[in-house]
Amino acid sequence: MTKHSIADDFGAVDRVGIEERVAKFTTRSIKRKSKLWGLRTAVSMVDLTTLEGKDTPGKVASLCHKARQPSDDATIPPVAAVCIYPSLIKEARKHLADSPIKIASVATAFPSGQSSLKVRLQEVKYAVNAGADEIDMVINRGLFLSGEYDAVQDEIAAVVEACGDATLKVILEVSELETYDNVRAASFIAMQVLRAGDFIKTSTGKAGGSATLANTQVMLEAIRDFYLDTGTPIGMKPAGGIRTAKQALHYLVAVKETLGDAWLNSSRYRFGASSLLNDLLRQIHKEKHGAYQAPYYFSEAAESY
Amino acid sequence: MAITLDPSENESASKDSKKKHGRRQGMPELIFGDLWEYDPAPETADPRIRQRYDLFIGGRFIAPQSGEYFTSINPATEQPVTEIALANSADVDSAYMAAQLAYETVWRDMTGRERGKYIYRIARLLQDRAREFAVAESIDGGKPIRESRDFDVPMAAAHFFYHAGWADKLAYVAPGRTVEPIGVVGQVIPWNFPLLMLAWKIAPAMAAGNCVVLKPAETTSATAMKFAELLQEAELPDGVVNIVTGAGETGAALTGHPAARKIAFTGSTEVGKLIMRQLAERGTRMTMELGGKAANVVFEDSPIDQAVEGVVNGIFFNQGHVCCAGSRLLIQESIADSFVHKLQQRMASLRVGDPLDKNTDIGAINSREQLDKICDLVESGVAEGAKLYQPACPLPSRGFFFRPTLFTEVTQSHRIAREEIFGPVLSILTFRTMDEAIEKANNTMYGLSAGVWTDKGSRILRMAAELKAGVVWANTFNKFDPSSPFGGYKESGFGREGGRQGLLDYLELS
Repeated sequence: MTKHSIADDFGAVDRVGIEERVAKFTTRSIKRKSKLWGLRTAVSMVDLTTLEGKDTPGKVASLCHKARQPSDDATIPPVAAVCIYPSLIKEARKHLADSPIKIASVATAFPSGQSSLKVRLQEVKYAVNAGADEIDMVINRGLFLSGEYDAVQDEIAAVVEACGDATLKVILEVSELETYDNVRAASFIAMQVLRAGDFIKTSTGKAGGSATLANTQVMLEAIRDFYLDTGTPIGMKPAGGIRTAKQALHYLVAVKETLGDAWLNSSRYRFGASSLLNDLLRQIHKEKHGAYQAPYYFSEAAESY
Repeated sequence: MAITLDPSENESASKDSKKKHGRRQGMPELIFGDLWEYDPAPETADPRIRQRYDLFIGGRFIAPQSGEYFTSINPATEQPVTEIALANSADVDSAYMAAQLAYETVWRDMTGRERGKYIYRIARLLQDRAREFAVAESIDGGKPIRESRDFDVPMAAAHFFYHAGWADKLAYVAPGRTVEPIGVVGQVIPWNFPLLMLAWKIAPAMAAGNCVVLKPAETTSATAMKFAELLQEAELPDGVVNIVTGAGETGAALTGHPAARKIAFTGSTEVGKLIMRQLAERGTRMTMELGGKAANVVFEDSPIDQAVEGVVNGIFFNQGHVCCAGSRLLIQESIADSFVHKLQQRMASLRVGDPLDKNTDIGAINSREQLDKICDLVESGVAEGAKLYQPACPLPSRGFFFRPTLFTEVTQSHRIAREEIFGPVLSILTFRTMDEAIEKANNTMYGLSAGVWTDKGSRILRMAAELKAGVVWANTFNKFDPSSPFGGYKESGFGREGGRQGLLDYLELS
């Protein structure tokens, strides 16, 4: 069979059109009660993340405690998960054993994915055995860009199998796929071998670009189309670049108006972020008490070390 | 509220259309519920609308000679907004005299650069007071604040800025020719974009050196009168722009006045024809921007979600009160069912309601008269056998509102496929081949605009050449710019507004 445009299989996306669409989400005015609900829900959706070469057990311990109790305000829910490297899972387990917080671990030669499939699968198994509840994998962008779509999908299917009971999040690394047509196609290629409750995710946070409202919207629309066709609900995780509460509300508006109420919870939507958390807390505090607090008022999470 | 279709009928219609479009029972559906309701977010800026407006003639507000005023209401609440003077033919006459005097003594001979200064000043003042004008526009006309704030007012200012730039460059409008102003121009504008249509008319006329007598529509005169205040603030020489208010009789006096060297009209084809008859005996120049029944043509390879968005924007923008609205959707048969389903899903998250709420997508229908007309045409669609679909969105208990509406199974001979509805009602037809799409798209007495949605560039080029419409948008819809000429083919009128072409319609060439 001759090679053809991947948009022929999964549909095209118009750049100007999608960017205009998401600009409309940012004009929604979220006030008072609806703002508080949105901010709180965003907290419960955070995958609090540290993915640094300099991560240590001490850093992970402080991240875990921040995850359990983001603020002194007891009405604020814990975050959804912590997201760390495989070697630190055991440390995280110690601090989160009796909590609902999931341990997510990146695997598959994160962030480039440039290793043999065997090694990548072994890393997944290592992470699952160490106690990871969720695996964040990267797709093979090299294979994708060379047109080997079936091979990309086979690799994802192999990772699904290696995950066992662990939830899988498939990172497309959208900035390396470059076009919205590719992002849409990659979303479908992944979803076709995922299980209900697995996720697709925008970015590693380690490449040039990260999540934008537009590339997230392309993926939300792919999730919607896939769900309506198959009945399999796939979750969404934008990651990287979401630093302010206002941005997070815009992302949630997009979810509400694209996928509807069933996606407005942490089992189907996550934010891959670290500094976002404290801005959410700052805004919640301001909504409740009418004034902004200084940054040092809130305990540090993962940023600025 | 006299919406004609009872809810049970709606429900059955929507179930029918689901069956028709192959959605089986038990198929997954999305839930657009109230888990996260947006709190009301009303725009609260003071619109500074006076209780009563006189006529604006010769730079002053002057009471109408009849002493009569009529009430302008807020279509979202049916409450009075302000009182508007009713001009008779004597008032119109004095407006023309003021314009003629200003033309002969001041404006005609002023250097382009000086004229440009005034127009720039108007543009800046409009920007300064944008929020106030946007709120006034939404209160008086019913359009959502999101549109008046993000589209109408900024675009009106942009037209003044654009034409201010032309004022001292008229020598370059038509290279090799000499240009002169026409003289006094009579202008009549519609109620769908009150301030923006005023800008489209006044800005090029002023830049070209003409003086103006303008009549806004009777249901939406408030922002025109606020604009008159702004002209005073800009210290525009008296009589360059005169604004007279009233209904049909005032309009007839204005368009039939012998001092008018040109009449520029935007409105219905019906009234346009009356004016053309009226002027047939004179040498008065005319430009007419009339009705439309635009086809939005969606091919199977189009970027589907953006096409859905473009179709929604094309028909529901400004409650469908848009002469270039994409009111006929032509979908390629192979994707018709799934496309209609996607449209219905998108409509589920449209918010209909208080025009002043920043989250409102669809505001109020401009008048009871217009609402009755929409209801009448929608009833005819149902009676003629088309399938109606409306989302179950809540409507305010008072005011003039109409749910966004789709009709499937529409044929070329249905009234809803031929007549301009000027409301949030989309008629959906299908086609098999490009030739059929062109044939159907052109099978109308109108020719104002059209849209083409495809991933294939060659198809866009051929469609643009074959569609008999003044504007053909490709993979977008309802895009406007002061530098881009806008106007119709066939019974959608003649003459252009915007760009160099629009300016030429306000100049004598020699």
